[in-house]
Amino acid sequence: MAKKSPDEVHPVKAFGWAASDPSGHLSPFSFSRRATGEEDVRFKVLYCGICHSDLHCIKNEWGFSTYPLLPGHEIAGEVTEVGSKVTKVKPGDKVGVGCLVGACHSCDNCTADLENHCPQVIQTYNSIDVDGTMTYGGYSDHMVARERYIVRFPENMPLDAGAPLLCAGITVYSPMKYYGLSEPGMHIAVVGLGGLGHVAVKFAKAFGARVTVVSTSPKKEEEALKRLGADSFLVSTNMDQLKKEQFTLDGIIDTVSAVHPLLPLLGLLKANGKLILVGAPEKPLELPAFSVIMGRKTVAGSNIGGMKETQEMIDFAAKHNITADIEIIKADYLNTAMERLAKGDVRYRFVIDIANSVADIYRETTQRK
Amino acid sequence: MAAIQSAEQEHPVPAFGWAARDQSGVLSPFNFSRRATGETDVKFKVLYCGICHSDLHMIKNEWGTSTYPLVPGHEIVGQVTEVGSQVTRFNPGDRVGVGCIVASCRSCDNCINDLENYCPKYTLTYSGLSSDGTITYGGYSDVMVCDEHFVLRIPDALPLHSAAPLLCAGITVYSPLRYYGLDRPGMKVGVVGLGGLGHVAVKFAKAMGAKVTVISTSPAKKEEAIRNLGADSFLISRDQDEMKAAMGSFDGIIDTVSADHPLVPLIGLLKTNGKLVLVGAPPKPLELPAFSLLMGRKMVGGSGIGGMKETQEMLDFAAKHGVAAEVEVVPVEYVNEAMERLERADVKYRFVIDVGNTLLNNA
Repeated sequence: MAKKSPDEVHPVKAFGWAASDPSGHLSPFSFSRRATGEEDVRFKVLYCGICHSDLHCIKNEWGFSTYPLLPGHEIAGEVTEVGSKVTKVKPGDKVGVGCLVGACHSCDNCTADLENHCPQVIQTYNSIDVDGTMTYGGYSDHMVARERYIVRFPENMPLDAGAPLLCAGITVYSPMKYYGLSEPGMHIAVVGLGGLGHVAVKFAKAFGARVTVVSTSPKKEEEALKRLGADSFLVSTNMDQLKKEQFTLDGIIDTVSAVHPLLPLLGLLKANGKLILVGAPEKPLELPAFSVIMGRKTVAGSNIGGMKETQEMIDFAAKHNITADIEIIKADYLNTAMERLAKGDVRYRFVIDIANSVADIYRETTQRK
Repeated sequence: MAAIQSAEQEHPVPAFGWAARDQSGVLSPFNFSRRATGETDVKFKVLYCGICHSDLHMIKNEWGTSTYPLVPGHEIVGQVTEVGSQVTRFNPGDRVGVGCIVASCRSCDNCINDLENYCPKYTLTYSGLSSDGTITYGGYSDVMVCDEHFVLRIPDALPLHSAAPLLCAGITVYSPLRYYGLDRPGMKVGVVGLGGLGHVAVKFAKAMGAKVTVISTSPAKKEEAIRNLGADSFLISRDQDEMKAAMGSFDGIIDTVSADHPLVPLIGLLKTNGKLVLVGAPPKPLELPAFSLLMGRKMVGGSGIGGMKETQEMLDFAAKHGVAAEVEVVPVEYVNEAMERLERADVKYRFVIDVGNTLLNNA
């Protein structure tokens, strides 16, 4: 039996940019999306953030990519249609979808609003949906998602700079709350000043923390202190500097996705301090046991958040005027953006202007006729 | 030899014990001295002292911090003979004990919060540097002099010889069960390794109402774990099928193993939000793939003994719930052989030296 082509699988035509192999090269891609079900929300995509995970996936760096792979899980847009049972939003509303589009809804995790830890979680792209079809993400003209996975954007939140919060934002917000690092007056460090890191600084400041940025690049100091409002800056390879700051931190949000030594970071923590890993280096890190036994310290992980908390995070961000610092691009710049992202050359998130990129393509294709 | 002479002369009160002279770790009789009983000091005749695995590491300088001559022993119990003029909590005749630390700065945040064990300036019971510049000597000796703050009361319900190991092994596992919230009835708690620390962890966790699983490489320990220690189940860590079936089922795991071992299979046993607590200290760094913690929001934490307040609380809890160590009492002359057997993990589950009856200065 011939396999259906992506644009025949579902009834509604869709258009986006996908990678067809591990080279990760993105190019225009015709596919299709399901009709709007009872619990579905359909929306025109206006913006989509480029997350580092997108880069890992298009190149199959984690080993589980299926091609064609259409990434994007920081998706913002405007509702065009809602199913008959939808109550949360209506056409015209500004909404977003993050990393998840489905889960079992009955396990302990789902019951505790932790869909992100459900063993049957369905991710926004590169995942198998309940109907057995592949999920395609937000580098596309429109999205359909179940109501539960739709995040409402508050009125005052700009969609372009708000979109990255749907992954980067929740990734740092959730552990700060869960691990008790969001109390005013705490001393928190953020390691790595990229997409995750810069947003972590903003949330930590909004929680009332004293924030230290730890980075390998001395060049980022001015940026960290002047623009992002961090209180101090440490160069992670400067052992003398780190030694002076030993036993000063309540917590550390470590956003670094390359392998790096944990020992100097653990040394910065007070007794009972917590080092939270939100970056995901491919190879294992080294943990000397005494470095957590002395001082009763913790190394913990966190991975996005559930839908309830994601909405809470967006509402908090809107209230405190927190958005990502972005560079807006059109889709024709996508491959260049990915190259720059691989080198960390962006302050601090690329966001694709989907609506205008799609308009360009339509204009081009209609002109050709 | 100049060094040994000064040990006998540096303090006014003669003392006798067994010490290691060098990295061979062989212990032999040793004359030294203790300070006079100060205003806040408690002096006691040592009756029993537990042999902790740390003693073995230290006599052989395995951590690189040992000073010789080294008198080990930080699971020390005995009877008060004299108290200083400002001592309020103890009287001659009281049953007391001293654990792993004998002094701390008493003013940092940790000390103020009853976490003397995390004070950066604490003084260890042995091979530590006292504030008067002298080296501390531990409990394989006839007499101890210690500041009241660091002396514990041994409840009457606990026999001295089986209470001694609680002063290190006991608090080492009790503290993290409380701190990491693994002390709620019905929780599923794993204990990795069934030695000095592990067997006491099983007892405390059961007393707190947990469902306890012993995780071990030795199938031979299964019956012991379930019949004698009261564990609810037993998991053989080398059995792939058993481990797979148990994945995602534990609220927490207390890992007492001090040899190098993989963490990933243990992390896999945890539920979402689960906690792996390291109380053993393997010498080489452990491998920690970040993914294993991100998936399920899990954590690896450490814990090292406990503060004085909590140590007393632990002893009182043990007395109330009938928790004590399983010990093999030995005469001091047996100590070198005990160390060799300890190296092979051939003990159920702690040696305790009968100091009171066998440590006699025949010089």
